[in-house]
Amino acid sequence: MLGLFDPVARSFLLLLVTAVDRVLTPIQRRVGIDRMGYIFVLPNLLIFGIFVLFPMLLNFYYAMTGGTKLFPADRPFVGLGNFENLFDCEDFLSPNSCQEDLFWRGIFNTIQYVILQVSGIVLFSLATALVLNRRIVARGFFRSVFFYPVLLSPVVVALIWKWVLQHEGVLNAIVEIFGGESRRWLLDTNWAMFWVVFVSVWALMGFYTLILLAGLQSIPPELYEASSIDGANTWQDFRFVTLPLLMPTMFVVLVLSLIRAVQMFDHIFVLTGGGPGTRTQLMVQYIYTTGFSNQIQLFGLSAAASMVLGISLLILTLLQLRVGNQSSLA
Amino acid sequence: MPADRISISQFLLKRSGGARIDLSDVLTYLYLTLGTILMFGPVLWLVASSFKTQAGLVKYPPPLLPYQQVQVEVEGYDKPLPLFKVTLGDGSLRELAQVRRVGIEAQMVDPANPAAETIKVNIRQREPVEEVRLAWENYLDPLVELENFDFFTYLKNSVIVTTVATVITLVINSMAAFALSKYRFKGRDAIFVLFISTLMIPITVILVPVFLVITSIGWKNNLWGVIIPGAATPTGIFLLRQYMLTIPDELLDAARIDGASEWHIYWRIILPLARPALAVLAIFSVMWRWNDFLWPLIVLSQNDYFTLQVGLNAFQGELQIQWHYVLAMTVVTLLPITLVFAFLQRFITTGIATTGMK
Repeated sequence: MLGLFDPVARSFLLLLVTAVDRVLTPIQRRVGIDRMGYIFVLPNLLIFGIFVLFPMLLNFYYAMTGGTKLFPADRPFVGLGNFENLFDCEDFLSPNSCQEDLFWRGIFNTIQYVILQVSGIVLFSLATALVLNRRIVARGFFRSVFFYPVLLSPVVVALIWKWVLQHEGVLNAIVEIFGGESRRWLLDTNWAMFWVVFVSVWALMGFYTLILLAGLQSIPPELYEASSIDGANTWQDFRFVTLPLLMPTMFVVLVLSLIRAVQMFDHIFVLTGGGPGTRTQLMVQYIYTTGFSNQIQLFGLSAAASMVLGISLLILTLLQLRVGNQSSLA
Repeated sequence: MPADRISISQFLLKRSGGARIDLSDVLTYLYLTLGTILMFGPVLWLVASSFKTQAGLVKYPPPLLPYQQVQVEVEGYDKPLPLFKVTLGDGSLRELAQVRRVGIEAQMVDPANPAAETIKVNIRQREPVEEVRLAWENYLDPLVELENFDFFTYLKNSVIVTTVATVITLVINSMAAFALSKYRFKGRDAIFVLFISTLMIPITVILVPVFLVITSIGWKNNLWGVIIPGAATPTGIFLLRQYMLTIPDELLDAARIDGASEWHIYWRIILPLARPALAVLAIFSVMWRWNDFLWPLIVLSQNDYFTLQVGLNAFQGELQIQWHYVLAMTVVTLLPITLVFAFLQRFITTGIATTGMK
């Protein structure tokens, strides 16, 4: 960005822009003004087509082929074989009875993680937004405090907490001061999921706090004046003015955090690597390991699993549209 | 917006009964204090720990500040010697430097009187003398000589990916948004719906085929393979289109009457007017790209092409985690984004709050 102020870069940019103009003006003369829309949309459409649309279609083909070769022509067609493998279970509720037990563990872990993480985020970002919306000193500072972790990269976030949570770490020292028992938090099957949820709530809630705060500040103050004339107390203010008017914003927060939680990968991958055992391994990690990090790269199985993930996201999105429409009609 | 805020605060002021502090205020500030500790504490702890030596890091319970054993220069010895507080046989305390240690016996010398004979003491009778000193070597060693962590290469790669990807995203997204908001052409709405419908389809769902495309082009272990696939963001198109719809068409028509070409209109009128939306998208894009992890992890498998995040992950994943280096490099990685935030925090927080709503 700073380069724009540099005269050399500036004149180079000017040259580039003029050159593009030279190329586009004759085209404009031929196709007319309105069809210039195609020209402007073209670069984005090309990248979108090659790296999103085409892969989406190709994914279906991958999901129906086997073997370990990457190029589609080298891959034997297996029909629904990959899906049969994924869904080969004696009892869908117990991952041990499934052929791809890691996939099912991933699904169950993801469901648990999503429920815990989304409720954590909604709860804490709402509480924080309500507090920040009060008359407080240094609101800008506190708003930044809660937002700061959002900017940190997942790898950094995970390393910060890995250091705090390690066996000779500061958390155990604090726990011992209060008479508790020190643990290997991230290797403890009872605690690993808690910390994985905790860390991602810590890292992400600031974003949703900002959205909710904006929602709170857009509530017209006259409504509170009216309710105070009616003799409403603080709780009634919250219950009958704040909450109903905040509902659309809450809904946005719920949907965004839900869709992000289903795709969670990076925090956990660095923090626990999916462990202890497979306790915190989620769906996306299964897709990644199966297709890319295992010795034998099962691209077909990975693609099939990613389609299951995609369909789950689709269902969530459709559900959101439905509920969203209903709540806007009501 | 500020007017609303003032009236809300005046209103709250009235409700809580003038300037009196009541229970809810106490709870509010308690929440904020605890929150600040919880949000900043771990980061500060990381920074404080990163200045401890390897020996200092294994101490438990961990001391708050980075202590190091004092080293003294003693005449007649090449290297500085570690200083200890020694309880002698007669019960007196003296500060002595250790020459060498044999089993449980240590040979000590008085730094003030190096010519005298060495004193032999049991190692249980000595305590290291410590002072607060920052272990800058944690930062300097990896920057110059660590074999498996090439910081400057990773930094260069991360900067290239972030800036090039952001520029490309801004240009192609704004062009597409311009087309979708200001022109009438066949299939326009279909294209828009196509773009937007992928808002909820992340790259995680199509990892394998995108990897094939990248490999076919020859972009495996190439920064372009990281930059291009995510460049056509649906978020950016949506954001910019919504903003450009508010730019009056009359402006464009006036420019056309003056003989401006369509490209000229895009470059000279639309882009400058859409600056606030472009800035928000730029912030988003920088955040996405700087922190991106899964896709670079798949595309980049050679050390020379690692971005900071991938390099840091590989470094911390080694068999023997060298925490003193890992912590220092983590601090270096979070530093740029922290500085940017410190300067732009108001802009970033308001920008995200206002667009997140839509």
